[in-house]
Amino acid sequence: MLPAANVLVRREAPGDTFTLVARVLDPGQGLDVPAAVRVEDGIIVAIEPRATAPAQLVLAPAFVDPHVHLRTPGREDEETIATGTAAAAAGGYCAILAMPNTDPVVDSASVLSSLLDRARDEALIPTGFMAAISKNLAGEELTEMAELAGAGAAAFTDDGLPVSEAGLMRRALQYSALAGRPLALHCEERSLTRDGQMHEGAVSAELGLSGWPSLGESLMVERDLALAADEGRPVHLMHLSARESVAALRRACASGVEASGEATPHHLCMTDELVRTLDPNTKMNPPVRAEDDRRALLEGIRDGTISCIATDHAPHALHEKEGSFEEAPFGVTGLETAFAALNTFLVGPGELPLGIVLERLSRGPAAVFGLPVPRIAVGETANLVLLDLDAEWVVEPDGFKSRSANSWLLGRALRGTIVRTIAAGAEVHAA
Amino acid sequence: MTERRHLLGVGDLTRDGVERILDTSRALERTLDREMKKLPTLRGRLVVHLFYESSTRTLSSFELAAKRLSADTMVLRATGSSVDKGESLKDTALTLGAYDPDVIVVRHPHAGAPGIVASHTGAHVVNAGDGKHQHPTQALLDLFTIREALGRLDGVHVAIVGDVLHSRVARSLIEALRLVGSTTTLVGPPTLIPPGIESMGCTVSHDIEALRHADVVYVLRMQRERMLPGAAFVPSLREYASLYGVTPERVGPSQLVMHPGPMNRGVEIDPRVADSGASLVTNQVRSGLVVRMAVLYDLLTAGPLVAVEPLAVA
Repeated sequence: MLPAANVLVRREAPGDTFTLVARVLDPGQGLDVPAAVRVEDGIIVAIEPRATAPAQLVLAPAFVDPHVHLRTPGREDEETIATGTAAAAAGGYCAILAMPNTDPVVDSASVLSSLLDRARDEALIPTGFMAAISKNLAGEELTEMAELAGAGAAAFTDDGLPVSEAGLMRRALQYSALAGRPLALHCEERSLTRDGQMHEGAVSAELGLSGWPSLGESLMVERDLALAADEGRPVHLMHLSARESVAALRRACASGVEASGEATPHHLCMTDELVRTLDPNTKMNPPVRAEDDRRALLEGIRDGTISCIATDHAPHALHEKEGSFEEAPFGVTGLETAFAALNTFLVGPGELPLGIVLERLSRGPAAVFGLPVPRIAVGETANLVLLDLDAEWVVEPDGFKSRSANSWLLGRALRGTIVRTIAAGAEVHAA
Repeated sequence: MTERRHLLGVGDLTRDGVERILDTSRALERTLDREMKKLPTLRGRLVVHLFYESSTRTLSSFELAAKRLSADTMVLRATGSSVDKGESLKDTALTLGAYDPDVIVVRHPHAGAPGIVASHTGAHVVNAGDGKHQHPTQALLDLFTIREALGRLDGVHVAIVGDVLHSRVARSLIEALRLVGSTTTLVGPPTLIPPGIESMGCTVSHDIEALRHADVVYVLRMQRERMLPGAAFVPSLREYASLYGVTPERVGPSQLVMHPGPMNRGVEIDPRVADSGASLVTNQVRSGLVVRMAVLYDLLTAGPLVAVEPLAVA
């Protein structure tokens, strides 16, 4: 994949010294052993196998989230770099990438540079920023991608909106070669999804909510994969939701296209039945879909077609999610509940093995975006998460580090907690 | 204390509950022929009508229903009120709640809005139409109309013709008909029948001939105002009328015809059908009044109607 580049920044923090005893599980290296991991000044210096370790405690490479909305600049009432990265630390993350659909949009080197400066002051964990593909996300003119890459853009995306014009998408693919950074695509054919509120199917028919059909995503996925194949450029498909999209990505990968994909915990765990409550915190774009779609996403995660689990953490102010479903903006938070949701709804019932979940939360996304891959090995910088697989907790609106509480999980009992997070050598979260 | 009851959708009703409301409606209907039509039943109660969409028929029906039961009533419309000034539904509900209304009747352009009002006030909430979602009192008045006309609901076959996609009336009615043991066929062009609607327990046909076997032909309004510019669900109203218009040739002598109003004569319904003896349209309006009286009564007394006494003239 891409060479690791220095696109992640954080505020200064000295490396910590400690020892953790747990079941050490690093699926990327085939490591699964009870051991004591010794960290000195932020560097792993020893891994000593032990006869036993507490069975429920798992030490794994910390998570990497390639899809976070930090809402900064412009909507600091919803999230700031400080609160968003604190939420990420509490969720077990050692690195995140933030989306550029802010106000102003991250579409120039000056906006990007000032964000990176703020992150150097505020970010609790290493944070990178994607820049827009098109100026002001208008889908009309390309951003100065080469200059943006030079200023530290981690990747390019118009997330929240598709690049509707095929011609501009093709140019973006061609030109991204100069930037040397991948394109991350929000695939949506707007003429099929306009006015769409939820997945089009039996539940939308019954509720009388306008449908956002699967084809609204998969048609654009097919187009973008065809363009990527023709241009021989890498693409990353964000927040996949429809089974047809997974099938298209699998076919493209098999034919040699350098394509990757991500799925969110909510799409992996839930279906459109969730929307029956008409709770605005179940409204997201793309929407949660039918059980066949969810099964296809799980299969994609299992066979590696989908190599990343990304939260699409999308904070919204309370008042924006208190009205009717149809008036509410799309998006739910996810950083602080991702692991517990996956553990509760997928690992517990045996739908996905723990090792695959951990790999797709960490190494998978790091590899796609050329970020340092968290590894548990002597000599590596400590990027670690200590998990308690059995601890139960209830998701409460006042329990978040995030500035927003628009979680689809409010009031639910989950199993699995983040006991400690170590990001780039420094402890950033301790329960 | 039982939990405060609402009528947010047909899902809030049981078959017994429907029977009880229809029986109460029948008892109330007898009072319509009296010279003194007002009943003292809800004297001192406050019924607030919170209407976020323009409505003449439903609002006047609810208003009259509450007044016939001697309740005090208040109408709040979205236009020309604090809603115009950007007040949220939650704040409007909290403000109204301060008057301790017994019932809030809500019409809103978005699904689920009556439920939000219910969660922020102590009043019983009645959904008078929310988005394309539900319109439960319309479904109840339609059941009442059918029962009065045919003497039964069980086994009755209803064909609903037209724009099901945008119709809260259709959704509530399909659910209500299923609850009482009737069967439903939806008839309309593929662009106006939402995919997956069969799971509500109905069959779908795109052929107008499918209404031949129905006891009742229920005609939906072509809701032109629901169609965004450029999003044409049918090529023209002319073609729609020729394919799906309910004409005398398409309705048999034993079939009854219903329409929730207001009608587009010459589009979804031929005027000769609308004015024929088969048409129950005015019965529906009269049913609407007594059924809404019955719903208010049922929510506030939680029991069957025992005696109907007119208001004593002072």
